[in-house]
Amino acid sequence: MAVYEQTYKRYAGALTPEWSRFLIIPRHAYRAVFNSKLFTAFFVVCFLPLLVEAILIYLHHNFSAIASMKINVRELIPIDAYFFQAFIWVQGGFAFFVALLVGPPLVARDLRNNALPLYLCRPLSRTEYVMGKMSVIMILLSLITWVPQLLLFLFQSYLEGFAWFRANVWMVSAIVLGGLIWALLLALLTQTISALVKWRVIASGILLGIFFIPTVFGAFINEVFRTRWGNIISLAALIRNVTAGLFGTFDRLWDIERFRDFDGSLIEIQMIEPPLWASWLVLFLICAVCLAVLSWKVKAYEVVR
Amino acid sequence: MALPATVQEELIRPQTVNDPPVIDLHGLSVSFGRCPILKNLRGDLRGKAIGLLGPNGAGKTTLIHTLLGFYHPTAGTAQIFGHDIVDHANQIKSLIGYMPERDAFIAKMTAVHFVRLMAELSGLPPEAALERAHESLFYVGLGEARYRKLETYSLGMKQLAKLAQAIVHGPKLIFLDEPTNGLDPPARLRMIKLIREIRDSGQANIVLSSHLLLDVEECCDEILILRDGEIAVYCNLEEERKSNRKFLMLEIRGDQKRFIDALTNLGCEYAISTDSRLKVVLQEGIDVRDLYRLAGETQVQIRRLSYKRDSLEDIFLKAMENGYGGL
Repeated sequence: MAVYEQTYKRYAGALTPEWSRFLIIPRHAYRAVFNSKLFTAFFVVCFLPLLVEAILIYLHHNFSAIASMKINVRELIPIDAYFFQAFIWVQGGFAFFVALLVGPPLVARDLRNNALPLYLCRPLSRTEYVMGKMSVIMILLSLITWVPQLLLFLFQSYLEGFAWFRANVWMVSAIVLGGLIWALLLALLTQTISALVKWRVIASGILLGIFFIPTVFGAFINEVFRTRWGNIISLAALIRNVTAGLFGTFDRLWDIERFRDFDGSLIEIQMIEPPLWASWLVLFLICAVCLAVLSWKVKAYEVVR
Repeated sequence: MALPATVQEELIRPQTVNDPPVIDLHGLSVSFGRCPILKNLRGDLRGKAIGLLGPNGAGKTTLIHTLLGFYHPTAGTAQIFGHDIVDHANQIKSLIGYMPERDAFIAKMTAVHFVRLMAELSGLPPEAALERAHESLFYVGLGEARYRKLETYSLGMKQLAKLAQAIVHGPKLIFLDEPTNGLDPPARLRMIKLIREIRDSGQANIVLSSHLLLDVEECCDEILILRDGEIAVYCNLEEERKSNRKFLMLEIRGDQKRFIDALTNLGCEYAISTDSRLKVVLQEGIDVRDLYRLAGETQVQIRRLSYKRDSLEDIFLKAMENGYGGL
């Protein structure tokens, strides 16, 4: 079917492996995503905290730099599990906004333009389609969360020595899993909303709502009922607890809160965070609901009965 | 993992007489909830271009969607080139192209980008996909507009872009669902010409679903007419026309009785319409020349002689009235 021949001809060349076809979707999606200069600029900004993290690690091992900046080494943040966990959280915040910008139109556009039959009439299953769309988000979020964190962990290991690496190698799984769980949750949420709502602005609004409204409501429950069980509906708290669990820093006991009762007597209550398994369970349930919705909505044609 | 060698070979090997039918229906039934849409469809379709006809709601699009794997059969199954549509869905999808009825494209993409993406999803490597995207867009006549965004295309151009994505990977079977929908006459002619070219290339079989009988008549050699989810007619249009060549309408002047006697002696069946008009069925081995000879011998003038030819419209209307099955 050469341009000059103008005849129909079958393709006789080699084919790509079937398992890799879903990765075609993110490759083409990034072309549109990085067409926006604003998004590209924001994506670059996402790496700034990582630069700060790298500088902090470097300062710990460069005494002449510390001396020239007249900083006491004890004033520096220690490089330990808390250090990497804190930066995972910071990057998680950036990841949320990246997902907010990239995620909502991914499935919605295809649904609005009836493009799903075009994907699904090819050797691409519905699962692979969803995987392809989710990997658009997951690859981007991985690039700003666990991948650079892992590189910085190796950087710290290189500067500190093999003994430090051997003692802290368990952190690798915490960094990778912490980043991946957040990326997976955001990818699932954005794709589910995108499959339900065809308009980008509304989808972005709903994602913001899902993140912030339960958080505010959870805080309200915590204050009114003097508990910490309100955190169970807050996505931020759930991720914070799960990540803390992975880094081994999870502590159920909060500060003791003191307040006066109606009769004026002083009451002290030990605030207790919900158990870790509860956070995992809620995250699992959210993922299961998202998958069920995606399975219901992502179809070549909807059957109207 | 690359596709099995047999599938790749199948993509390039032309079909022979001994090959399995293009579509083989084995009691295929599809229901949505309790509502049966396709009912126990049976038969093997072997045409180069198969026209799928039927009134609205007859199940044409559902049949195509089921063959594409979008819906699961509730009973029975079907095979495309010998591959079961349920068990070998991915193998089948490598062999087919699909042009949907409704507007379908990916937003914010140029035509060449869109067609290239579709080619890559069909398994072509990126370089080959880009090359064939350009080629197929030139082939359908969108060469000059291939760098324009799809949203800016007219309806006719979008139809052509849909055709381009359906053929970009060089499929062996192409499903075209109402390809001339919404097209103005020149655009429709262009689309019909393209479909006929693809058919005549011998490189691909075509299943054309349309409610426009003329489109099907111009493009297809076989037709499958559905009515209420059942096969009303399946026939080869050319054979149907050939069989109709034996029916003649005659208008004569002269001694009708002598002529009829001579016809009876010749072994022809006839029916008298009016005093001067006859319907004649020619038997094997008897030619029109024999009729002229008889007319000369019986001093009868043949004022008019025409083949009674069933148009597709006749066949369609007959199927809607009788529901006779050709399979």
